[in-house]
Amino acid sequence: MTGGPQGSGVDSSANIFAGACAIGGLWTFGLREYYSSIKGPHSYFEVRVNSERIRSHVNNVNLLATFDAETLIRHADEVNPGGGILYDPSFSAVEIDKVDTIETPAVLRIKARLAKQGLPATVAGILDEAKRRNVNLYPIPYSDIIAKTAAQIGEHQLSKVSRIINVLSVSASFALLGFDLNYLDQSLERTFGGKKKVIEMNEIGARMAYDTAKGLTKQPFPYQVKPVQNQSRLLLMGNEAVALGKIVGGCRVQTYYPITPAADESEFIESHENFDLSDGGEPGKKGSILVTQTEDEIAAITMATGAALTGVRAATSTSGPGFSLMVEGLGWAGINEVPVVITQYSRGGPSTGQPTRHEQGDLKFVLSASHGEFPRIVLCSGDLEECFYDAIRIFNYAERYQMPAIHLIDKSLANSSATIPQLRSDMVPIQRGKLINDGHQSEGKGEYHRFAFSDDGVSPRAVLGMPGYRFWNSGDEHDTIGHIEEDPDNRIKMMTKRMTKLETAAHEIPEEEKFNFFRSSKKQADVTLVSWGSTKGPILDAIRMLEKEGIGVEFLQIRLASPFPTESVREKLAGAKLAIDIEQNYSGQMAAVIAEKTMIDIKNKIVKFNGRPMSQDEIYQGVKQIISNPSQNKRVMLTHGA
Amino acid sequence: MVLKLSDLKTDVHNDWCPGCGDFGIEAGLKMALTELPIDINKLVLFSGIGCSGKIVHFTNASGVHTLHGRVLPFAQGAKLANPDLEVIAIGGDGDGLGIGVGHFVHAGRRNIDMTYIIHDNGVYGLTKGQASPTLHLGMQTKSLPMPNINTNVDPIMLALASGFTFIARTYAYNTKHLKETVKKAVAHKGFALVDILQPCPTYNDINTKEWYGGEDRIDPATKKPTPRPYELEGTGYDGRITPMMSEDDVEKKMSQIIEKSREWGDKIPIGVFYQNETIPTYGDRIKARIPNYLEVPPSGQQLARPDGTSPVNLASLSKQLLFERLVLAQ
Repeated sequence: MTGGPQGSGVDSSANIFAGACAIGGLWTFGLREYYSSIKGPHSYFEVRVNSERIRSHVNNVNLLATFDAETLIRHADEVNPGGGILYDPSFSAVEIDKVDTIETPAVLRIKARLAKQGLPATVAGILDEAKRRNVNLYPIPYSDIIAKTAAQIGEHQLSKVSRIINVLSVSASFALLGFDLNYLDQSLERTFGGKKKVIEMNEIGARMAYDTAKGLTKQPFPYQVKPVQNQSRLLLMGNEAVALGKIVGGCRVQTYYPITPAADESEFIESHENFDLSDGGEPGKKGSILVTQTEDEIAAITMATGAALTGVRAATSTSGPGFSLMVEGLGWAGINEVPVVITQYSRGGPSTGQPTRHEQGDLKFVLSASHGEFPRIVLCSGDLEECFYDAIRIFNYAERYQMPAIHLIDKSLANSSATIPQLRSDMVPIQRGKLINDGHQSEGKGEYHRFAFSDDGVSPRAVLGMPGYRFWNSGDEHDTIGHIEEDPDNRIKMMTKRMTKLETAAHEIPEEEKFNFFRSSKKQADVTLVSWGSTKGPILDAIRMLEKEGIGVEFLQIRLASPFPTESVREKLAGAKLAIDIEQNYSGQMAAVIAEKTMIDIKNKIVKFNGRPMSQDEIYQGVKQIISNPSQNKRVMLTHGA
Repeated sequence: MVLKLSDLKTDVHNDWCPGCGDFGIEAGLKMALTELPIDINKLVLFSGIGCSGKIVHFTNASGVHTLHGRVLPFAQGAKLANPDLEVIAIGGDGDGLGIGVGHFVHAGRRNIDMTYIIHDNGVYGLTKGQASPTLHLGMQTKSLPMPNINTNVDPIMLALASGFTFIARTYAYNTKHLKETVKKAVAHKGFALVDILQPCPTYNDINTKEWYGGEDRIDPATKKPTPRPYELEGTGYDGRITPMMSEDDVEKKMSQIIEKSREWGDKIPIGVFYQNETIPTYGDRIKARIPNYLEVPPSGQQLARPDGTSPVNLASLSKQLLFERLVLAQ
């Protein structure tokens, strides 16, 4: 774990660290936690590395690399006995009271803890406490190293060199972990690209920090990291996985209004707005995607919808508060059967809520948002690979069934980084449904009926500007041509037509795209876990721990929330010995949806709503707690996280 | 193919009130369309909500009847995705200057090459005559329980402040002037506003056809009414900003536009207040970033190969990742 004031290079140190490990062939998982502010308040980043695939973070860490006093004060107690803390010895005298970016409740909590042990309310006290718990302390005089580095490269302005402090902490970490510095050099080179001077400065400092830390390890640090041979992989964040999926999936117009944690996706796309095509025909031919920042989210969804009417794959990306504004546009796209895609990254709500923190509180909202009834697709991704492939699939669903489609993701996925197997652009073929090709003749003679009735509810779709296919849209109920029509019989037919499309989608979408079902290694599972979204990672990691202890665990990860795979879910749950619903919200929203659809009430729940994602340990402990006394209906509330 | 007026007619029953200014606007707009070099297949009318919004159903060109106040973002989205379209957005004063005023301002900032027509009658007709944003302070139209408590928004001034590059006003029952003004707006390269003054015979009993026609102001010499709207075109007024103009001249022009927009009451100027083609359109600005934007616009891109796979070169894209660095070499 590393931490520091926001804007001090916490993210880049974690990424450089994870990058070096990834280059060494290891799997990594990174969790980023930050405040809603620009500079100053504390942020931290946990990186986990392993030779086996890992998908989540853990409660406690083995190594804490700090370069400020606050990180020490906040996180020293999260280091396992036998683990280590890297710190600048000059912090020792810092009084906890004087660090004004720590919230008062936390200060009181920490001071009380130290007082109980007869320790002073200073960093020295924190360090003593760690030592008593058998945590190894490694003082690294960062300021000396920075001064020496400055002298060596002939830089008089220390402030220009002091930014390397984050890399020093990474380098000292690798010294303890016994990881070859060569990987750090490669990671630095990739991070800083052509900036030779920056790379040189970092490498010189890194060597000194490495040697200093090596000199402090009389006994080898108990945790060692060794490179392994592996296949090519990617290390990226959820935002980027979605962005790549959109570009590959043919999205060519993206609109957005700035909001955390969604805006990174749009910015990423904009910085890659021109991209290469490899269609064999014309080498070096460029494709492009137009990103437009709008005045608000109402404009974002309506502009994307206007674009979609021209036949382009169009999307907008937002979080809960933005989606609240989009709702009227959603209804219009619903009644006009426009395939527009909304990527919704949920965060702590309601209102501004916890803008930079994690929550799965918007499931029922996205399922039912808008007045009136109309069909929609809601697809929930559980990890970075799903984020990428689902970003392609969601356009297929939107176009095949001609309805708005919501890709529901969350803050935890948006900001988690992980190594994943290389992504493939040909895994999910692009399907455009009943889109009329230019060559086709108009349905009927001369007059095109955009909303023609059909058995599956889906009408042949022309786009604006297509010669011979004039059509009308209206937010009013309309006839097959698109003109306003209030006739009661027409209303029945049109409502039925639209709602039929949802049945068509439910019928056509393959089961494996609707949910994942992970079987237990035991024939009859002892426990059936039910969840959706980013809890997938920690649940799979926790299952590994539980199965090692002989507890048979199966896991139903629901991906398609609309249309809902009612029959399959009912069948899976009917055979369950003990079902537990796991969600990052207060009430267990998916459990409520399951109850509504299947009449099955999952009584045991593990929930978390403190804004921090679940760790594998928490889920492991929560499941154990419930199976220790399964006769009760338990609601276990998880609380871990700083 | 030359477009005839009859080509633009649909069978949809027109339910506007007898004497509504909307009829004048519909007639003038359709006449303009027949006189413009427009491919009817590329023409799309977008409309907002209100009486004016129904115009798309009465016009035989693709028509998108959108949400209250949102006509501009819908229309801009279509034009951005397919710059070959001829896009005309139409809405009421409440639609564009009340609920949708945020979009009005930002559309000005973008300067997308399209036309925006406002039906400006001072009332919300379809909801039975409440005060709209263009109704002046203290006026009490027929269905208001009390006089209007708000001052009015001036579309001309707001458009100028927002960056519109073509700002005109015309009058619903001066069909010839309306037609010519719409033609100029459509031909303009950039975002063009046409504010059309119109009577609402049902709810605005102050700014009536008779009031605009000046029937209360009989010229003693000719014994004829003196209409309130007068055409700027005949006065020597010129609101154009040209590329070679000095900064000083531009400043003078701007002051003149503001001065002109202040006139109201017995003399209401109609015509082109301002036109500025020296400001790049949004399309030009995109082209500077996406060089093939106009040749291969978003709606013109091939999204899939014949076998359904994506033509995007993911390997090359991954190499440009922010964490490219982290794409493994092996």
